[in-house]
Amino acid sequence: MESFSIEYLGLIPLFPLLAFVIIALVTRPLKRLSAYLSILAVFASLLVSAWALYSLVIAFLSHASGEALVKELTVTWFSVGGVALPAGLILDPLTAMMLIVVTIVSFLVQVYSQGYMHDDPGYSKYFAFISLFTTSMLILVMANNFLQLYIGWELVGLCSYLLIGFWYHKPEAAAAAKKAFLTTRLGDLGLLVGILIIYFTTHSFGFAEIEHEIKVGALSGGLLTVAMVCVFLGAVGKSAQFPLHVWLPDAMEGPTPVSALIHAATMVAAGVYLVARTFEMFAASPDQQALLVVAYVGGFTAIFAASMGLVMNDIKKVMAYSTISQLGYMMMGLGVGAYAAGVFHLFNHAFFKALLFLGSGSVIHAVHDQDMRNMGGLGGKLKITFVTMLFASLALAGIPPFSGFWSKDEILAGAFEKDTLLYIIGAVAAFFTAFYIFRAMFMTFTGKYRGAPAHDSHGSAGGHGHDSVHASASPEDELRAKVKEHASGHGEHGIHESPWVMTVPLILLAIPSLLSGLLGSPFMGMAFQSFIEKGAEVHEELNYTVMMSSIAIAVAGILLSSLVYYFKIIPANLISRPLPWLHAFVLNKYAMDDLYGWIVNSVVLGASRAALWFDQYVVDGIVNGVANLVGAAGGALRKVETGQIPNYGLAIFAGAVVISAVLIISGSTL
Amino acid sequence: MNLNLLLPEISLCVLAVVLIVIDLLLPQGRKSILGYIALVGLAFPAVFTLSLAGVQQVSFSGALVVDQVSVFFKLLFLIAAALVILSSFDYTRRLSILQGEYYALVLFATSGMMLMASTRELISIYIALEFTSITLYVLAASIRNDAKSSEAGLKYLLLGALSSGALLYGMALTFGLTGSTVLNDIASALAQRGISAAAVLGLVFIAAGFGFKIATVPFHMWAPDVYEGAPTPITAFLSVASKAAGFALVLRVFLTAFEPAEKTWLPLFMVLAAVTMTLGNFVAIRQTNIKRMLAYSSIAHAGYVLTGLAAATAGATSGMLVYLLAYTLTNLGAFIAIIAFSGQVGSDQIEDYNGLSRRAPVVSLGLAICLLSLAGVPPMAGFISKVYLFAAVFDAAAKNSGLYYLVVIALLNSAVSIFYYLRVVKAMYFGPAATEESLHTAFSLRVALSAAVAGVLIVGIYPTPVMQAASVAAQVLFH
Repeated sequence: MESFSIEYLGLIPLFPLLAFVIIALVTRPLKRLSAYLSILAVFASLLVSAWALYSLVIAFLSHASGEALVKELTVTWFSVGGVALPAGLILDPLTAMMLIVVTIVSFLVQVYSQGYMHDDPGYSKYFAFISLFTTSMLILVMANNFLQLYIGWELVGLCSYLLIGFWYHKPEAAAAAKKAFLTTRLGDLGLLVGILIIYFTTHSFGFAEIEHEIKVGALSGGLLTVAMVCVFLGAVGKSAQFPLHVWLPDAMEGPTPVSALIHAATMVAAGVYLVARTFEMFAASPDQQALLVVAYVGGFTAIFAASMGLVMNDIKKVMAYSTISQLGYMMMGLGVGAYAAGVFHLFNHAFFKALLFLGSGSVIHAVHDQDMRNMGGLGGKLKITFVTMLFASLALAGIPPFSGFWSKDEILAGAFEKDTLLYIIGAVAAFFTAFYIFRAMFMTFTGKYRGAPAHDSHGSAGGHGHDSVHASASPEDELRAKVKEHASGHGEHGIHESPWVMTVPLILLAIPSLLSGLLGSPFMGMAFQSFIEKGAEVHEELNYTVMMSSIAIAVAGILLSSLVYYFKIIPANLISRPLPWLHAFVLNKYAMDDLYGWIVNSVVLGASRAALWFDQYVVDGIVNGVANLVGAAGGALRKVETGQIPNYGLAIFAGAVVISAVLIISGSTL
Repeated sequence: MNLNLLLPEISLCVLAVVLIVIDLLLPQGRKSILGYIALVGLAFPAVFTLSLAGVQQVSFSGALVVDQVSVFFKLLFLIAAALVILSSFDYTRRLSILQGEYYALVLFATSGMMLMASTRELISIYIALEFTSITLYVLAASIRNDAKSSEAGLKYLLLGALSSGALLYGMALTFGLTGSTVLNDIASALAQRGISAAAVLGLVFIAAGFGFKIATVPFHMWAPDVYEGAPTPITAFLSVASKAAGFALVLRVFLTAFEPAEKTWLPLFMVLAAVTMTLGNFVAIRQTNIKRMLAYSSIAHAGYVLTGLAAATAGATSGMLVYLLAYTLTNLGAFIAIIAFSGQVGSDQIEDYNGLSRRAPVVSLGLAICLLSLAGVPPMAGFISKVYLFAAVFDAAAKNSGLYYLVVIALLNSAVSIFYYLRVVKAMYFGPAATEESLHTAFSLRVALSAAVAGVLIVGIYPTPVMQAASVAAQVLFH
């Protein structure tokens, strides 16, 4: 590693931070320049990240292992009294892998955005936000302590908020932004409590020190489990795991490249990263209870979200539920102790899911609609989009040799050894996955184009109208509507493949969708897993039963999907017709939004109303009562025209008297 | 007697008198120079205060004390006064407030607050507090032809007088029981004679008087009405400097004079802290006027700060000082942005903040940073000060397990608070603007806002110096 000094790591977030500052302060009016600046900055970060990774890989290949693959730099952020807060950087295989994923996806998404956001009035602002997001995400993954991680954690949340609500003209976008921020904050609260518990027992924020303290028993038993479950709560919010998953589908209101970067490849994976980063702490909990929680929440999320993916008609919503479900897989992998497999899936998923989102964006760009019922037959028109998305779909469905197969299979193998129930859940979810993604592919790219000839085509069903891009009136949308009218004048002949700035990133992402899984395949001796495990030898017994059944499940899912949506031998409403309530229930996201809406309205706002009422009537009322008793004083003051003064004044005295009475009485009984 | 110790206060009063004299000599229309004189003149008390850093001296028959605590608070008041004066340039001109009196009163109020932070004797405490309050009553009513401002001033005066009555009653009881007005002597007398019911009564009524100043439940009811009606720079001043001065008194009186009665007041402040922050936050959710919202928010923040008193350790006290400074910078920043907006938009309704980010991007960004800091989002000062304070309170929970719950309540509260702060951010960034016409913000306001936001970010990212100063200061109170 002598060629790469850990200090250089600080450069990686610095480039996009500079880009953000320069765009915000200087180049804002020059939109082209802003975009180039932002792209150049993240490319510079990509180069430094690649260098960092290269130095580790070289060391790894020369059989360095364990601590030789970890470099840390710690300085004191501030130190007061007994409290010393550290700031520090870590470079180990996990961080190096995350750095590469974040910078590559961010780079490709930004290149793509030049086309997608072409006419947006907020073009410069968009790139500024993306740069800020990239900075924050990089800070998050290179932190060697909880505090810094938490700061990055909150910053990515903030950027996500700004970017979900980027098209502020749409009330849905603003509402979705707020929902995302508040829901994830709920998880963050748990994370903060977890960090505090850890800090007060181990007196440290640093990951390495905490692991050491846990080993020597400073934090153990039930409290450790509680602390780690609290930490996991943060991951549940960020990675949209059940029951805090509700924000992610709504977050699709943001521009599609944002969904690809933040809500598919990087930020939502931060929760998985957090669990991976603190894996030793989770594993140290008694009977690995904390890991069990992770496994079951992940497993349930995987199948729960996949079931919703089966019925969605909005192409981006399908991808959103797919992301939730896949994140659930990663959690399940970590939870069953298949640490490297979970991280491996994060790695593979980042590329193929980013590709699926960017591909969807390309489709939306072409037809100006997000409803798959209005698509069809686009494979011939959007050849590059179709082929690249097909790669990603095969990866997601788990067909070898595409990337997703290797990591998903390994997670399933891990589950199979640990817990049969989790394996069954995972296998069924895998079947759902293959089914829904090919349902989306068939509906979009095969058959006949079903786009309505009239430009107003989104009235066919309630509930999805607001999802379609042209439902509101941003300048960009108006332009799209115009193009759409033009397109519909020619029928489907007006549909064109996206410009090269959009298709090149698709092609570049298709490469890892095909190949990245091979890094961790038996053909390469599970090199990826061995690297992530800091050079430990990985001798995974290949479980051919699991492997063969994984392939069979994926093929079955695709096959059934083709029978329904391609060959149309099986009617699509085979299940929904006899069981309309079930279909409606799943389509309504298991009514979880309604439930939360009710909770927020009746509990939080209710408490607020109650507090206000209490303030106005009870405190005032008691005081009024006292005022009537002490008629003379009240009467005299009441002559002042502002009626509340006597009440407020009496509150002071009544408060003091009541408090004194309580203190004196409770004191005398002690 | 050592007059040097009083130089910051004396120089402020001299500056105020000079302003009044210059005001008489200046022709109408040239009055705006007064603000500049007041601002530049603050350099004198600032230099004098800094020269007292490190001094540890008692003078004036034990009535006056200069130590690290008083210096910390004095600098905080000076920062607040400077930003309030700077943000008043535009405001006083627009609302034709008499500038000579206005700035002179701000300076008098500042010197009164400085005295509050420097006294350790009941009579001087009372005088310093009254001196400060009376100037603030006038300032609250200083928009002469505005009924709301007059009402605010009158309300503040009447309720302030009542609370002073409560305070005096408590002081009288305490004096009667201990035979002394000097805080240290009160402590030794109480330690000797034990805590009688009358002593508890005295303690609680003194707490009520101070509780009014810092606006804790149930002595908080004046705050939203007065905050809403008073001139906005004065609202800002009330919400930070006056509150901090109240905390200076609370710290000194309870940690020295009533130290023997700790068992009585620890649970009192624990309950007051929990109730205050909860009520403040939940009522703030339903406010539609941003000044009222921030009034309830400032009540909630008083609750957060009180958690430090409920722990009553040196660490927690240091946390309170840091929190107060971070809160001062942040809240001032927020109010300065509000002054800028109300000057252009003519409204303090949150719904009128819709789309302001497009009309005034810099001011909106400043306000957003301050609101997020109030909500405790990193990397702003509000985050690190919350961590520092709550961590210290949590640390003290080893000897008092109730504090665990208090910290949890505080964390839940700060999670709730994001709800209403974010509403303003959401309106500014995602709300539909009535017009897209851009707003012009006065230069002085932009300078003031930049200074406040810079402070928020600097304290948030590099808090060491502030924490060190606070930590040294807090030690003084624990001898």
